[in-house]
Amino acid sequence: MHVSGPSISLNKVSRHYGRVRAVDSLSLEIAAGSLVALVGLSGSGKSTLLKMINRLVKPDSGTIRIDDEPVDSIDPHILRRRIGYVFQNIGLFPHMTVARNIAIGLELAGENEGRADCVAELLDLVELPRDMASRMPDQLSGGQQQRVGVARALATRPGLMLMDEPFGALDPVTRDNLTDQYKTLHDKLGLTTIIVTHDMAEALYLADRILVMEDGQIKADATPAALLSGNVGEAAEALVAIPRAQAAHLIALSKLS
Amino acid sequence: MTGPWQQAFARVPELLAAHVQISVSALVLAMIICLPLAIWAARSPKIAAVALTAASLIQTIPGLALLALFYPLLLGLSALVGGGISAFGFLPALLALTLYALLPILRNAVTGLSGVDPAAKEAADGLGMTSGQKLYYVEAPLAAPTIMAGIRTAAVWTIGAATLSTTVGQPSLGDLIFAGLQTQNWTLVLTGCLFSAALAISVDLLLGLIERGIRQRRRILVGAGMAVIAAGLLIATLPLMIVRDNIVVIGAKNFSEQYILARLIGSRLEKAGYTVQYRDGLGSAVVFQALSAGDIDVYVDYSGTIWTNQMQRTDMLPKAAMLDAITRWTSANHGVKMLGALGFENTYAFAVRPEDARAKSLRTLDDLARVSSDFNFGTDVEFLERPEWQMVQAAYPIRFKDARSFSPTFMYPALASGEVDVISAFSSDGRIAANDFVILEDSKGAVPSYEAIMLLAPDRGSDDKFVAALKPLIGAITVENMRKANYMVDREDDKKTPRQTALWLNDKLRE
Repeated sequence: MHVSGPSISLNKVSRHYGRVRAVDSLSLEIAAGSLVALVGLSGSGKSTLLKMINRLVKPDSGTIRIDDEPVDSIDPHILRRRIGYVFQNIGLFPHMTVARNIAIGLELAGENEGRADCVAELLDLVELPRDMASRMPDQLSGGQQQRVGVARALATRPGLMLMDEPFGALDPVTRDNLTDQYKTLHDKLGLTTIIVTHDMAEALYLADRILVMEDGQIKADATPAALLSGNVGEAAEALVAIPRAQAAHLIALSKLS
Repeated sequence: MTGPWQQAFARVPELLAAHVQISVSALVLAMIICLPLAIWAARSPKIAAVALTAASLIQTIPGLALLALFYPLLLGLSALVGGGISAFGFLPALLALTLYALLPILRNAVTGLSGVDPAAKEAADGLGMTSGQKLYYVEAPLAAPTIMAGIRTAAVWTIGAATLSTTVGQPSLGDLIFAGLQTQNWTLVLTGCLFSAALAISVDLLLGLIERGIRQRRRILVGAGMAVIAAGLLIATLPLMIVRDNIVVIGAKNFSEQYILARLIGSRLEKAGYTVQYRDGLGSAVVFQALSAGDIDVYVDYSGTIWTNQMQRTDMLPKAAMLDAITRWTSANHGVKMLGALGFENTYAFAVRPEDARAKSLRTLDDLARVSSDFNFGTDVEFLERPEWQMVQAAYPIRFKDARSFSPTFMYPALASGEVDVISAFSSDGRIAANDFVILEDSKGAVPSYEAIMLLAPDRGSDDKFVAALKPLIGAITVENMRKANYMVDREDDKKTPRQTALWLNDKLRE
């Protein structure tokens, strides 16, 4: 089930809401197969940036390319079928079984052969028992629901995954588990992933590249190690300071006992 | 089961079939209009506001008025496009009931569609669904229970309001209710109410079952509900599928005399080999147009009504000249044949107690004027506002001590008991003879003539067999016999049906 994720390039992309510049003439290159975290405070423009890649939000200006193909050169719904999309509110269809939720992308693409096998494989992949296929979404816990959400996004074997605070509403243990497992999945499938989060600790742990956004622009672009070592700007430093201080406090506590 | 119930029930299958047909048609049409509109409205708040306001506005018009409004509207439309649109029967009823069903369906569909979880919609977009796919896979199924609840409400409203479509000539269970109310035949009223209520309740229960099935995602409930509805629809409308051609439709306005005369005409036509249907309870304004359009074949009207309402005349002619003028006018302007006068009048007549007539030697309206300052006047609710009263006052110096209004049912007892001393009766009303009331002669001819006249639709005027069957009725009904006949239907004890009375009247025809 190995796929190879595409590269992404943004050139002077802008999006305004009234007088607010959510994304302001932003240029960016993302290498194929990377796991990029977009970090920033609320309103920094990170969700808007993410949604412009699958055209849930249309840019006012600039071009976005996936593997050198401009995203506006094809129908938006065709584009979106090639991209996995996972978001905080999950959005499972409450009137469909887990199996149908997972396979809905295949149904849309008219792939009728071997859907059940595919569902079973995807349930394995997101570490859910296979007999969950016949359940309805409201019989699942929040963590289980988001695993189904990830499985649904992966069903059409997209190379690119866009994730908007995917684990933000889950309890810390479940969240940690899922973060861990997704990282493994990303590597195993060779995906390109862009994940939006406001949690720097999660970004530091998960990503191999971290972009810090503020006022519609990228204020820092570094590896987790480089971010932690400092000298990457004020905006980044403010965000990194929190997990660093927490870690220091925990270490101090453990030395006391 | 006793006689009256049997007679009432015998009419149910055909009326129920027509009732189901008009209700279902209106409901389906309303759904065809509302569902696309709701989809549009759910995507645009501006459209939603306009559509819902319009639907609410329609709902504030009383059902009876809405039906009545469609009559002139369709007439005007028909005139505009050069004829061919029927303002009578199915079409106006369908349009009015459809408009009535719009609001609940539209409101629930908009609520249902705009209430779909935004997360589900975002997921649908993210998965690459087109707008149509999003509607089919996500929005429609999630909004379905709410939409179904709206359809259910609309169905119950429509079945109830369909009883009113009788007034524009569309057969329905309302035929029983309206006829029963007029002739004070409570068996008919109850039968009509019973069946329309039973129909509404069973449809409500079945649609409720389907709604529950959709809500709980239990296909078996949905399937079962739909199967029962389909079967019920088929059985209920079965009487409509029996094709009969050359049916004669006889019209009648909404009072006992009209019901009796319609049955009298009907029984004679049946004897001549025609298949007969009745459209009872038609409004005065509707019935003449229906005749000239050929929607009904024959009915009895009154010369004064045609004179003032249809011909818009305000002058007065002697009886014979007036009938001549009417005959020429209906034939020239509408192709309607005036077959002739039946021999009696139904006009406003002043009636007094026999002992007063004797003691004060009252014979004419001049005599009444002489004693009017001592007399209390009893009248129906509209007479004092009508042109006939002004005509009487202009001709005779009448000044009553006091005037009181009654419904016709109570006007006659009021005179009998001495509560009032003179009433404005209907000259062919049976309760005049039953109380031995004396009618005072209008010696100056102030009140216009209201001769009962038989009118035939354009196609029937040249149908010799048809004319031959009805010709013996011309000049053959005396006012005494008509009064007796009306009384047989109107009285409280030993009530007769219009049909029984018509047969009695047929034996009393003047040669």
